[in-house]
Amino acid sequence: MATKKLVRVKVNGRDREAEIEPRLLLVHFIRDVLGLTGTHVGCDTTNCGACTVILDGRPVKSCTVFAIQAEGREIQTIEGVANNGQLHPLQEGFQEEHGLQCGFCTPGMILSAYALLEKNPHPTEEEIRWGISGNLCRCTGYQNIVKAVQYAANKMSEEKHAA
Amino acid sequence: MIPQSFEYCRPGTLPEAIALLEQHGDAAKILSGGQSLIPMMKVRLARPEYLIDINQIAGLQYIKEENGYLKIGGLTREADLETSDLVRSKYPIILDTASMIADPQVRNLATVGGNLAHGDPANDHPATMLALGAEIIAVGPRGERNIPVKDFFLSVFTTALEHGEILTEIRIPTPRAGSGGAYFKLERKVGDFATVGVAAQVTVDTAAICQEVGIGLTNVGATPLKANRAEDFLRGKRLDESNIKQAAQLAAEAAQPSSDLRGPAEYKVSMVKELTRRALTRARERAAAQPIR
Repeated sequence: MATKKLVRVKVNGRDREAEIEPRLLLVHFIRDVLGLTGTHVGCDTTNCGACTVILDGRPVKSCTVFAIQAEGREIQTIEGVANNGQLHPLQEGFQEEHGLQCGFCTPGMILSAYALLEKNPHPTEEEIRWGISGNLCRCTGYQNIVKAVQYAANKMSEEKHAA
Repeated sequence: MIPQSFEYCRPGTLPEAIALLEQHGDAAKILSGGQSLIPMMKVRLARPEYLIDINQIAGLQYIKEENGYLKIGGLTREADLETSDLVRSKYPIILDTASMIADPQVRNLATVGGNLAHGDPANDHPATMLALGAEIIAVGPRGERNIPVKDFFLSVFTTALEHGEILTEIRIPTPRAGSGGAYFKLERKVGDFATVGVAAQVTVDTAAICQEVGIGLTNVGATPLKANRAEDFLRGKRLDESNIKQAAQLAAEAAQPSSDLRGPAEYKVSMVKELTRRALTRARERAAAQPIR
């Protein structure tokens, strides 16, 4: 048994810490230690993107990062996307445009799209497809997922103008 | 899937990391981006007892031109290459390569140094670095050494790095005027390894004669391959369609692929030929856009 290590992270704006084994994967830390089960385990082989979280502003696959590597860093999960119970435009877009079918890929899709819109608030369809290319939807509902992201981009742009 | 248990070390400096590698010998592995190593640990193809996480070592993430070289720090992320204006404007072959590696999330963590040091013939940077005539800088207990990339890849997952050495920098000679390059990758889907990949870099003079040429091949042998005969054929010749075609044939003859899920060996050889033709053609176009003044 390896020496346990203390990991301190900020998750969705909240400081969290725990003693963990170094081999604990970030996705298991988030789900099993912190109890945030919105982050899904899909393929567990770095392919599907269901476990995508945002680490220091960049989306990563949390099945392919050790929790200990997140020491001192900021993590955003799907639970941190809504603001005081108000759905984020991306969440609203997925609802309005039927971007969910079974819903399993949705948290990962939303976080990839979230990071994309931060960098590029007005993406073309091709840029959206490129931005979510690390996320698989086994229902193959990509058409509506792309529409959902477009919905969010438009809404966020309107809100920005209104502000 | 749960990796085997290991001790985690997070050195803050290069000398500390090297000391840990020396102390733990073969039981230690370096953790860089982890996008190849962690999947291998999960299926227990890799079972290090000590994991030396080098991500906290400062000063290993940079992309800069200095003293006639493009210098890329070993810990530079693939995503940083994709967004670098310097890479975009002067080294489009590296942008071609980086943007085809795995997928966006993986590129946010995966490092250029790791892509090379892993020694996987299916990785994409090796072919490009062979085409560019890059040098690998490694720092170890006996100091720093400089390894030409053509001598770097020894066999599957085996490089010229010695135990205790860390890849710290990749140096690429700044291309002269009249240079251009391109990387073409055939993949079944985003995120897959190459069925076949070809990198080509050329320098042409005012008379369209090929002065310098480098051609590297991905995933068609036990190591990334340099298509030496194709390069020798082109050097000093006019870079026209007929010579490009001939060079593509010679590159295909250098390939030693095996048949697998990505296709039969014969198909891959044909694809090397076609991708070499396309890569040389685009390299020539890009060279023409960087004319000799």
